[in-house]
Amino acid sequence: MLPGFGLALGFSWFYLTLMILLPLAAVVLWTASLGPARILQIASDPRIFLALRLSFGLSLAAAAVNAVFGLLLAWTLTRYDFPGRRLVDAAVDLPFALPTAVAGIALAAIYAPNGWVGSIVPFKIAFTPLGIFVALVFIGLPFVVRTVQPVLSDLDQGLEEAAATLGANRATTIFKVVLPTLTPALLTGFALAFARAVGEYGSVIFIAGNIPYVSEIAPLLIIMRLEEFDYGSATAVATMMLTLSFAVLLFVNLVEAWSRKRLGHAY
Amino acid sequence: MDLKIRHVRKDYGVFPALNDVSLDIRSGELVALLGPSGSGKTTLLRAIAGLETIDDGEILFGDEDAVGWSVQERNVGFVFQHYALFRHMKVFDNIAFGLRVRDRSRRPAEADIRKKVTGLLELVQLPDLANRYPAQLSGGQRQRVALARALAIEPQLLLLDEPFGALDAQVRKDLRRWLRQIHDETGHTTVFVTHDQEEALELADRVAVLHKGKLQQVGTPDDIYDRPATPFVYSFIGDSSSLPIHVRKGEALLDQTVIPVGSVSGPDGEARLHIRPQDISLQAVGQGVQGRIALLRRNGAFRRADIEIGADRTLIEAQIPPHLEVSEGDQVGIHFERFAIYPSGSRQSI
Repeated sequence: MLPGFGLALGFSWFYLTLMILLPLAAVVLWTASLGPARILQIASDPRIFLALRLSFGLSLAAAAVNAVFGLLLAWTLTRYDFPGRRLVDAAVDLPFALPTAVAGIALAAIYAPNGWVGSIVPFKIAFTPLGIFVALVFIGLPFVVRTVQPVLSDLDQGLEEAAATLGANRATTIFKVVLPTLTPALLTGFALAFARAVGEYGSVIFIAGNIPYVSEIAPLLIIMRLEEFDYGSATAVATMMLTLSFAVLLFVNLVEAWSRKRLGHAY
Repeated sequence: MDLKIRHVRKDYGVFPALNDVSLDIRSGELVALLGPSGSGKTTLLRAIAGLETIDDGEILFGDEDAVGWSVQERNVGFVFQHYALFRHMKVFDNIAFGLRVRDRSRRPAEADIRKKVTGLLELVQLPDLANRYPAQLSGGQRQRVALARALAIEPQLLLLDEPFGALDAQVRKDLRRWLRQIHDETGHTTVFVTHDQEEALELADRVAVLHKGKLQQVGTPDDIYDRPATPFVYSFIGDSSSLPIHVRKGEALLDQTVIPVGSVSGPDGEARLHIRPQDISLQAVGQGVQGRIALLRRNGAFRRADIEIGADRTLIEAQIPPHLEVSEGDQVGIHFERFAIYPSGSRQSI
């Protein structure tokens, strides 16, 4: 074993406890103090159920869309040299840098029925679940691009050439050789984009319309309960979100570990 | 299949990577492309495979010009220096890849693929590793798998780009002999690129030496070593020294003194005499060319001496028997047993 293991592990645990486990434990403990009957009552509230379904469903959908288009963007940025490539590359990070409220207001203005885009399309985008989806795609985009890009640029050019000499056409090469190699990075990007989307609040509330049972996200519900000084309900919803998120992330991580193991580390 | 390369040219910016290269390779031959880095050897190999376009010339597969063919259409087996194995596939699936991606009409039945891959695993002596992933193999094993994968498509040509370049010395030696065996068993027309002259001379039927995009010489290992066609080949293959001399009326002159080597051919004027360490013998002072031993050191079974010759004290390297009683600083006479003289300033000089 490398020297310093005790110190390194000790510090890691200390830091993890201080920054993540302690606040989360407080949430869980607070919820537990409500008693089983009250928790069950909150959990079976259809408004909360619908909000959770909306949050998780749209977050998964947005992460999936980002996985596809983020991959395309990363591909374009690594494989082609074109004027303005550096600008595009930098622009990818903008959703990171922008205050989320600004993003939300801007998106709402564009996608509102009288906005640039909203006035062209025949259906409503802003103030519907579709608007939430747009906002979640926006804020999640950088994650997939930034996780896939380095792997793609390090990809051995020989792999694609080998496939070609063996008779594989371009499409076969991409689907059977390139994509499987990118899977772990793509899954990491997907998980990050998903996690960000689930917790997103600032940009969504401006474009969602926040109609109960229709376009109300779970984080908004938590804020509303807090403003009513109903801390019990707020933490109960938070605990449910926490559990669901952890389950999804654990699942993605396991799939990723499995695909990474297949690829091997050293080689 | 015969491979004919005719007047191939490839430009990279200002310098030609390949400058009017012509080379005929006969069916079943094992040919080495040898040269220092930047000589164009890998570019030529990749051009044959279709991985690189050429600006001019013809590449004939049999009697057909293959220049317009895609990589896929050329049906060549290509082995990469860094193996380029598909990491997410087991060894078996790597080897089967080329068969499985074929059109339905040309794709063998799965049972036939299984038989073929099993046979290839036997051929490359890895019958037990079918279910491993490439990450679980050693470098030598990976390169064997890469070769099996290339052979699976029954290529018209087998091309290897520095196949042993990433392996350590002992594995290189073993794989070299083994590749020769495989070649003799399967009879594929094979071209491999190397910068290692020992590898080229030991393995190949014929060696093509490239330098700065120009083909210097093509010949058997004996031709290349014993009868170098250009000063570059002389100095690149094996150890050698060169000495500036003057040629006048069939005589070789060093500082106005005739070198007693008999008559030499070639035009009058400045020239360089190239000589290998083992082609120099020492004589008593006063006989042959006069020199002084500047440095003496042990080198395996022999000793190597750096000998200063002429007014400008050019150093030439000589191999001398260990029992010969000489020491550093001694004056000696030198006899050139075998040598080559190339005129200076000729286009073929280095």
